Amino acid sequence: MTQINRLQTGGRIDRSKPLAFRFDGKSYQGYQGDTLASALLANGVDVVGRSFKYSRPRGIMAAGADEPNAVLQLGATEATQIPNVRATQQAVYDGLEAQPTNGWPNVNLDAMGFVGRWFGRFMPPGFYYKTFMYPQSLWMFYEKHIRRAAGLGRSPRAPDADQYDHINQHADVLVVGAGPAGLGAALAAARTGARVILADEQEELGGSLLDSAAQIDGEAASVWVTRVLNELADCENVQLLPRSTVNGYHDHNFLTIHERRADHLGDRAPDGMTRQRLHRLRARWVVLATGAHERPLVYGNNDVPGCFVAAALSTYLRRYAVAPGHSLVVSTANDYGYRAAFDWQDAGHEVVALVDSRANPQGAWQDEARKRGLRLITGAAVTDVRGSKRVKAAAIVPLNEDGTQATGSLQWLTCDTVATSGGWSPAVHLSCHTGARPQWRDDIIGFVPGKSREQMLTAGAVAGSYSLTDCLKEGVAAGLKAATDAGFSGADVPVPTVSELAETAPMALFAVPHPKPSSRAPKQFVDYQNDVTAAGIELATREGFESIEHVKRYTAMGFGTDQGKLGNINGMAIAARSLGQTIPETGTTVFRPNYTPVTFGAIAGRHCRDLFEPKRFTAMQPWHEQHGAEFENVGQWKRPWYYPKPGESMQEALNRECLATRESVGILDASTLGKIDIQGKDAREFIGRIYSNAWAKLAPGKCRYGLMCGEDGMVFDDGVTSCLGENHFLMTTTTGGAAGVLEWLELYHQTEWPELEVYFNSVTDHWATMGVAGPNSRKLLAELIEDIDLDGEAFRFMDWRQGTICGVPCRVFRISFTGELQYEINVPAHYGLYIWERLFEHGEKYNLTPYGTETMHILRAEKGFIIAGQDTDGSVHPYDLGMGWAVGENKPFSFIGRRGMKREDCVRPNRKQFVGLKTKDPNIVLPEGVHAVADPNQPKPMAMLGHVTSSYYSAFLGRSIALGFIKGGHERMGDTVYYPLEDGRVVEAEICSTIFLDPKGERQNV
Amino acid sequence: MFYIYCPYCEEYREEEEFHPKGEAHIARPEDPDNCTDEEWGDYLFFRKNPRGVHHELWVHAAGCRKFFNVTRDTQSYRIYESYKIGEQPSVSA
Ligand SMILES: [Zn+2]
Repeated sequence: MTQINRLQTGGRIDRSKPLAFRFDGKSYQGYQGDTLASALLANGVDVVGRSFKYSRPRGIMAAGADEPNAVLQLGATEATQIPNVRATQQAVYDGLEAQPTNGWPNVNLDAMGFVGRWFGRFMPPGFYYKTFMYPQSLWMFYEKHIRRAAGLGRSPRAPDADQYDHINQHADVLVVGAGPAGLGAALAAARTGARVILADEQEELGGSLLDSAAQIDGEAASVWVTRVLNELADCENVQLLPRSTVNGYHDHNFLTIHERRADHLGDRAPDGMTRQRLHRLRARWVVLATGAHERPLVYGNNDVPGCFVAAALSTYLRRYAVAPGHSLVVSTANDYGYRAAFDWQDAGHEVVALVDSRANPQGAWQDEARKRGLRLITGAAVTDVRGSKRVKAAAIVPLNEDGTQATGSLQWLTCDTVATSGGWSPAVHLSCHTGARPQWRDDIIGFVPGKSREQMLTAGAVAGSYSLTDCLKEGVAAGLKAATDAGFSGADVPVPTVSELAETAPMALFAVPHPKPSSRAPKQFVDYQNDVTAAGIELATREGFESIEHVKRYTAMGFGTDQGKLGNINGMAIAARSLGQTIPETGTTVFRPNYTPVTFGAIAGRHCRDLFEPKRFTAMQPWHEQHGAEFENVGQWKRPWYYPKPGESMQEALNRECLATRESVGILDASTLGKIDIQGKDAREFIGRIYSNAWAKLAPGKCRYGLMCGEDGMVFDDGVTSCLGENHFLMTTTTGGAAGVLEWLELYHQTEWPELEVYFNSVTDHWATMGVAGPNSRKLLAELIEDIDLDGEAFRFMDWRQGTICGVPCRVFRISFTGELQYEINVPAHYGLYIWERLFEHGEKYNLTPYGTETMHILRAEKGFIIAGQDTDGSVHPYDLGMGWAVGENKPFSFIGRRGMKREDCVRPNRKQFVGLKTKDPNIVLPEGVHAVADPNQPKPMAMLGHVTSSYYSAFLGRSIALGFIKGGHERMGDTVYYPLEDGRVVEAEICSTIFLDPKGERQNV
Repeated sequence: MFYIYCPYCEEYREEEEFHPKGEAHIARPEDPDNCTDEEWGDYLFFRKNPRGVHHELWVHAAGCRKFFNVTRDTQSYRIYESYKIGEQPSVSA
């Protein structure tokens, strides 16, 4: 059984190129040029999935982005799985593997069917709200079962094997859609010389012209398409993007285009080619020529496979040479449905009846139908269908003049295919993204794009113009206007002449009345993906949901991956009728990006794996790696965390690093600290306004620690700033705060004090910085530094000197974050690794030990030094930290933070204050973040006193130490507090000074 | 994503190059120490949140590092103008 529904001739498929593919475990054959949908239909596959709620068999209904049922899972391997692919938009390639996303063990023998039918009864509209809101604890239970029944596809469990990328583009004119209007617009704009991008979601450019029977300039429409595309392809100023969906229309004419470059070629992209590309496009003008989607009529059992949208049938017949059935009933409310009947007849199949709901339509299409000898029934519509996995018969019913009532009994017609047309709904989606509210037009019975604030034009069916002549005319005009407004001119574009049948007025018919009320009538589906029925929408309005947005959320209409492209307008019309309103009174819901689903691969592009985020390494990185460092992320920096020796645990490594530093000498790679070079005659004044402490008297050669506060008085950064010259300073910041501090300095300079002459420059990456700490640090450096007198009297604590180390120019800062005798050596970054290695050559005899950020944290905590951002959280001012000594109360200028820290709440008693904490059991290390209480036996919720911000085991002190906040803590030295832990234990601790080691500073002043 | 004109670079650049810094024209009080708590609180915390025309401070963070002001409609997202620090807007609510 191969391609039983394929026509012998015609279509745009290439019969010389057969392609093998599999669906639901069975092998099939299609042709080059097929979509997966056309190939399945050619093979007589009726059932492609099961419905969400009722598990009803579903078949292909449409031929484009509006297809609600044929949503499949693609992929031959785990790494190439793609969920939610619309079969109507996927080209067939040799070896394609597709699975239904619902139905187990397969769509024809569905074990979930019973569950679905059983479950469906319990899922009335509003099911989500009514059922899942209470009790919330059961949600996990529900979700698991619903997801299994829902068949939403699944994500791959292996990493994606393909690459994706992004491209940033500019265009003078972007034309969206390559049907008659879009081609006309692109041609007109291109001839002016404007840079034009023409994007269309289909495999081939041409849109409706690819299956049109019309003649343009005396030739088949497809010939005209080829001629236009050839001209455009030859223009250097034009980029043609087939298989490219304009998915989002964002602010200021920024649009995203999802280009599927290799999805039609195979399961994996060819070597060296990205699978998909996301274009990020800034367009001066946009011409929307997105066309329209045909609305099916809503009638009983309208989801039985074999029910089609009329225009889709023409597409399958004329473009893909597929006749998906043998005997057809067409039910239409306009002239457009006639085309499906004519095309079906031309393919040599039986048209059982052409049913027109209008009472007495008289025009060219009716004349043509009679001439063809078709059985034309007027004043009636299809109201019910018989069959389960395929249509077996359709019932038509006579209607009153406005189509609101069935006026007679059902007449059953034997057929296997039903095609309906309720009219066209312009594809207003992209215009909605710009915030434009769609406008209802009674004459075309549809919403057209509202006025947009963007530089946007519309042309053709999206603007409600359905005749081919109008589409071409409007397209050319819009293309010219867009190019002209973008500054181009001089094009000559005659509008082609078209021969087509004249139209007579359509009738507004959405849901076909059934003799029974819709609650008793057979199910009339509106939104196929979510199994929303006409009765469900009516129930929602009866339950008091009057806003269409509420109806949408209550019924889940339009929530599927198709966003209700097929059913939304029908649903609104049914809601409007039920509410006794007009459709414009009821209004429409809003469409949001994306127009069709976009893969995560395309969204991520190359921003994944190693390229997800920049990584910053210091000059000494190779050494750290060779010596087994474990790394920690600090912002984008990779910093050595600790250096375990073989077999050593983390705590053992930390103990060793701490003891070696305190007993002899250790070394830290401190290159990541932010460094800002500040110059200018007002640099000193500026620094004095930014830092809380005094800077007026800091002489060249001296360093000082500074606290940086916000205007609210709260500490946000700290660091040492050195005076390099009278008008020249080097500020250091925390590793993570560097960029923010630079922006902060610029903000105040540019917006508040532009009269100060001062300049800032980030020099973080220019220098490699090594902190050499410990009692033997001076001895070690003396072996390497020739021209600096390291004597304790000559080079004092908080001094810096310029000199030479191993022949390399250096700056040495005698500052200490450990409490030990410590020097920070700065050399130009490209000498960093060289000097680091020289230090280790000479340091071996002193047991020079590298230490990482964790040991740095322990050593500084032993001395009570804060880490801004760990011990502070934006609610802590210098006095809270016990650092009032760093507030220059006598400075003449009201520096940033001074007023803030004097606010009523900042000076009240009993604020949380920074203290040291010693657990009663010295072996217990408090978890960071735990909260103190005064009485662990008080009822919950307990009164909290403050939390632990830093906590470590100190090998040097032989016990645990912690830092944290306690209400009024500075006055509570020696008091006991309690920390109830998550596991039920309560840890007792004593409040103490933050300085656990060497309170007099004797270790560093040697 | 906005398309923003930097008055210093004299070019339109993508929003990704900029950081928004809140309401524009918030001057630091001349004499903070003589502000009442309420005045200082207003300066620190209170900002307009209009529906419509709004003057905003932006910085060309990944560009020239200059701060400048933008007049923007918070509803339509239309940007009316960019102007330098110290200049006054030509469009107001
Ligand atoms: Zn700039």
